[in-house]
Amino acid sequence: MHDVAAHEDHKITYFWVWGGLLVLTAAEVILAYRQVFQPVVMLEVLLVLSIIKSALIIGYFMHLKFETAIMRWMLMLSVVACFIIMYFFFFPDAGRILRLGVK
Amino acid sequence: MADATVTHGTATHGLSGEFEAPLFGAYSKKVGMWLFLASDSLTFGALLFAFSYNRISNPAWPTPFGKESIANATIMTACLLSSSLTMVLAVFAAQRGDKAWTRNWLLGTMFFGTAFAVLHGMEWTKLIGEGMTPFGNPWAATVPQFGGTFFTLTGMHMLHVTIGVIYLGVIAFRKWFLPALAVLWIGGYFLIPADNVFHYGIHVLGIGLIVSAVILFLKPKDYDAHDVEVAGLYWHFVDLVWMFIFPLVYLMSTKI
Repeated sequence: MHDVAAHEDHKITYFWVWGGLLVLTAAEVILAYRQVFQPVVMLEVLLVLSIIKSALIIGYFMHLKFETAIMRWMLMLSVVACFIIMYFFFFPDAGRILRLGVK
Repeated sequence: MADATVTHGTATHGLSGEFEAPLFGAYSKKVGMWLFLASDSLTFGALLFAFSYNRISNPAWPTPFGKESIANATIMTACLLSSSLTMVLAVFAAQRGDKAWTRNWLLGTMFFGTAFAVLHGMEWTKLIGEGMTPFGNPWAATVPQFGGTFFTLTGMHMLHVTIGVIYLGVIAFRKWFLPALAVLWIGGYFLIPADNVFHYGIHVLGIGLIVSAVILFLKPKDYDAHDVEVAGLYWHFVDLVWMFIFPLVYLMSTKI
């Protein structure tokens, strides 16, 4: 547990993180509404922005940044490994359908 | 907050050999919640991958979300982000032993969570009114999976938000939250028109009432800072999942 002064310092950081998340959300809305990119590129750009937002939420709001190294690595590595496996199951096939031009 | 020592009752033991430090350097409830969230993230991950797969592989994917829907979803996102901030403030208040402000911040979090659910319910009602069902949509007859993937993904998330609000209510008010939940359930059932999907969906609150009552009956306790922090982990996760649903479901189907 931290002392009260440390909490006050922390509080300001959390307000900055909250502001940053709102700004990133606004950027996503502008990008999508102006249709700056084609759908596949747009999906990749929005995913990158979402990953940045999720890193801020996990690191600061969920306090994972302040946990022990073993907890950080065990949790993140296992979850990310599962997502990578899911990616290789789903997306090569979706891309193949696009290339083949299936109606 | 990584606690290197294990606390038993009022005594804190940091002596090597007397109480071995936990592997993850955190109390068991927190590790348990993290493990649950890791498994739950895979559930949402599979749903999000399935949605994205369908979105990319269907050039005729409908784009029904106009300015009004995007504005609504952006306000919903702001509600969830703000609820995460109030949740962090609740955890801080709990850690300094300020029960009144813990309750106030938790109430603020519940308010934002409820606002999110109500706005989302209105969006669902509008889409259903336009003819969207889990088996089809009025915008692209060749892409029936739009309705199915949309309702499954957003419905699963809305269920998590509802459970989260009930969870926070129990942590903040314990048994005194149960009558309020009963009033919301019964009142909602009679106030929501019978042709609205939420006329029956409101029974989720009834199930939540029964589960909460059983938990409070079996283990009545005064929830401490650790309980508030663990509840916060769950709530932030709900926020985190929406950070992927909002761009993938709404922004990738924007009508210009």
